[in-house]
Amino acid sequence: MRSIIDYLKEIILGVWSLLKGMKVTGSYFFRPGTIITQKYPNNRKDLVMFDRFKGEVVMPHNEKNEHKCTGCGICEINCPNGSIEIISKSILTEDGKKKRAIDKHIYRLSMCTFCALCVKTCPSNALAFSQEFEHAVFNRALLIKTLNKPGSQLMKGVE
Amino acid sequence: MLFDIVDVNSSPSLSDPWWKVFYDFSSLTHKIDSSLHNAMSQFWTTIAEMLIIGVLILLFYALIGLFLVYAERKVCAFMQNRLGPNRVGPFGIFQTIADLFKLLFKELIPIKNADSFLFNLAPFIVIIASFMAIAAIPFAKGLHAIDLNIGVLYVIAVSAMGVIGVLLAGWSSNNKYSLIGAMRSGAQIVSYELSVGLSIITIVILAGSMQLSEIVEAQRTGWFIFKGHIPAFIAFIVFLVSSTAETNRGPFDLAEAESELTAGYHTEYSGIKFAFFFLAEYINMFIVASIAATVFLGGWMPFNVGHWDGFNHVMDFVPPFVWYIGKTFFVIFIMMWFKWTFPRLRIDQLLTLEWKYLLPINLVNVLIMAFLVLMGWHF
Repeated sequence: MRSIIDYLKEIILGVWSLLKGMKVTGSYFFRPGTIITQKYPNNRKDLVMFDRFKGEVVMPHNEKNEHKCTGCGICEINCPNGSIEIISKSILTEDGKKKRAIDKHIYRLSMCTFCALCVKTCPSNALAFSQEFEHAVFNRALLIKTLNKPGSQLMKGVE
Repeated sequence: MLFDIVDVNSSPSLSDPWWKVFYDFSSLTHKIDSSLHNAMSQFWTTIAEMLIIGVLILLFYALIGLFLVYAERKVCAFMQNRLGPNRVGPFGIFQTIADLFKLLFKELIPIKNADSFLFNLAPFIVIIASFMAIAAIPFAKGLHAIDLNIGVLYVIAVSAMGVIGVLLAGWSSNNKYSLIGAMRSGAQIVSYELSVGLSIITIVILAGSMQLSEIVEAQRTGWFIFKGHIPAFIAFIVFLVSSTAETNRGPFDLAEAESELTAGYHTEYSGIKFAFFFLAEYINMFIVASIAATVFLGGWMPFNVGHWDGFNHVMDFVPPFVWYIGKTFFVIFIMMWFKWTFPRLRIDQLLTLEWKYLLPINLVNVLIMAFLVLMGWHF
């Protein structure tokens, strides 16, 4: 008798757990609002990527065309693929001293694995990730980018 | 000749309005029969009618197959929070047609050291088995190709024949995955056929007939799932589970188990031969669902409740064909729901489920149903 009750209990509990599973999928089926797929090429106008998305490395500039890059070369040392190359120059400051500054921050997107080591190790937070992800171009040379804008200068107060 | 077997009780007059044909196809079939009879002899009439039915079923077969593949992909996608096919045509409805053309144009790769005769024969056996079963299904009043007096037995016997094709495919492919898949399918169908049969026997006891048209007619006052209340409901659940297993679908798709056996018995098939297996799987699902709809849910009978005459009139207004298709797709939806919810069973779990749970439940259920019928405790 005991075993028969256990047997029936097992069946009922089993069916109950199966129904629980079906409730989950069924609730998804009847609520199309839960669909998370993006219809990508159709919605590219209003598609917003999330904040932590690693699109490509950029160097943010403020409205006075100033950036924070001091040209120290730490990002170049830390890059595992060698996709960053720093070309520095020396400039004269106002009080007549020679100082090292950035000439070109060259970033090769085609070699980048988006590991974010350059962004994390930058001592002056000069680098960041943008949310741009449409990188396809017809010429490979277009993937070699200069991150500092022409004529840009070091932001005041950043050493 | 063949049409004469269909529906003997009522022969509506030809003066009825044309839309009456949607409620009773027998007048249309009688008209076709008599016009063919006037044109040619008895023998050729039979041949012509067979041809017409064959072509119609073939068309229906292809359309249902294409639609079910699309429906499965959509249902699966919605259950997994995806969109599913949505590129070819509005909501992707032409996706499966595009897939069919792709499969038609693909190369049929010959397999080294395969038994080429059996290898080529296997998909046809699978297709023919499902084809034969579809002939005995009552689609609507008077739309019933052949009404055997042992219709239930015939449909079960014929639909189980597909496993021969599966076994042949596995054996002749000269591939270990195919063979393992086919043997699993064999073990599965041998055991689950028992449950399918017994759960239908439960209803045959209640109906007192194995003729599908009589089973449908007996549900005019109420579907068997309501008439036979508890045992009929248990039989319906058992039928759903075991027929899902019988069609090698859902959580019981051990025979194809992608993660273990690549594709099981149709690993070596390509092009249209693969499409045959694929199509047969979906048609088998349709057949099983339509048996469930016919035997448990009243076939093409509308949903009528006791003395609610107004409600019953509204329900009678919906054509029987629509009722039949609606019920069948309801059962198909439940089977898809199973498939996309539950994880695949192991082979020992599969056999445990059948021999230790479904079979004893079924045997007790048959006993309860027989007792109910004896005491007259059904509605």
